[in-house]
Amino acid sequence: MQVKVFVTPRKGILDPQGRAVEGALKSLGFNGVASVHVGRYVVIEIDAPSKAAAEAAVKQMCDQLLANPNIEDYRVEVDAG
Amino acid sequence: MKWGVVRFPGSLDDGDALYALRSILGQDAAMLWHKDETLGGADCVVLPGGFSYGDYLRCGAIARFSPIMKSVLRFAAEGGLVIGICNGFQILCEAHLLPGALMRNRSLSFICDFIYVRVENAQTPFTRAARVGEILRLPIKHGEGCFVAPAEELAQMEERGQVVLRYVDEAGIESDAANPNGSMRSIAGVANDRFNVFGLMPHPEHAVEKMVGGEGGLKIFQSIIGGAR
Repeated sequence: MQVKVFVTPRKGILDPQGRAVEGALKSLGFNGVASVHVGRYVVIEIDAPSKAAAEAAVKQMCDQLLANPNIEDYRVEVDAG
Repeated sequence: MKWGVVRFPGSLDDGDALYALRSILGQDAAMLWHKDETLGGADCVVLPGGFSYGDYLRCGAIARFSPIMKSVLRFAAEGGLVIGICNGFQILCEAHLLPGALMRNRSLSFICDFIYVRVENAQTPFTRAARVGEILRLPIKHGEGCFVAPAEELAQMEERGQVVLRYVDEAGIESDAANPNGSMRSIAGVANDRFNVFGLMPHPEHAVEKMVGGEGGLKIFQSIIGGAR
């Protein structure tokens, strides 16, 4: 089973990287850009008895390692392959 | 006093920390390998600067799972003194021994410079040789030194005196311009609520000799040594 993890800077926390990319996009002429946030995308292949079990395991991985709960949020998507 | 300086794969400043402790301060300091499971009887453990494990994922996130960190966690829980410098500070935050987190510098640039910090709490084991309000000139060299913590936690830290060092200008005034990396409330160094664990972004181990880098870092080490006597 494949699990996708999207880690993003927590809303309201300064995201200088997102701001820099936003500025660059605007200078390219993409004036409709309201905001940009740059995060991390992690793909995990995992053996699990069910989608729910895979999701639960990956959420634990996020809490313990993949995301920093002080500054980041994460979202988990399970693809039953 | 016995010191242990942990060497992780990617540590850079372990050598300077050992040099400062041994050659300048006459201490009994040993290098500890990240795969060691004991701390060799150290009274104070130093987590040095560098790029442990290539800073993969987040700075300090992988080093936190090194075998030696189990012993460091136990040692800290028993009240042992732990000081984390730069990458060591990041590791202590990732290991939840210190509150908050260190993010990319506001400028997105790696900064290598001399800065000034003001001692906000001189009652900790790491600052007791200094005076409250004393200004120390120290070098910084980091890309991820922007300290952040939730507002509630920050308020608690301030109340308890856990904000130990703050970036200021030469005259001791806090300002946006004197804050090199955008840290919340200009925070440069913090302690845990028991005051036996301390992390700071500036490098006291690079500032122990008049001729190179000045002596701004001596106060930190002298505080720790003085307390052990």
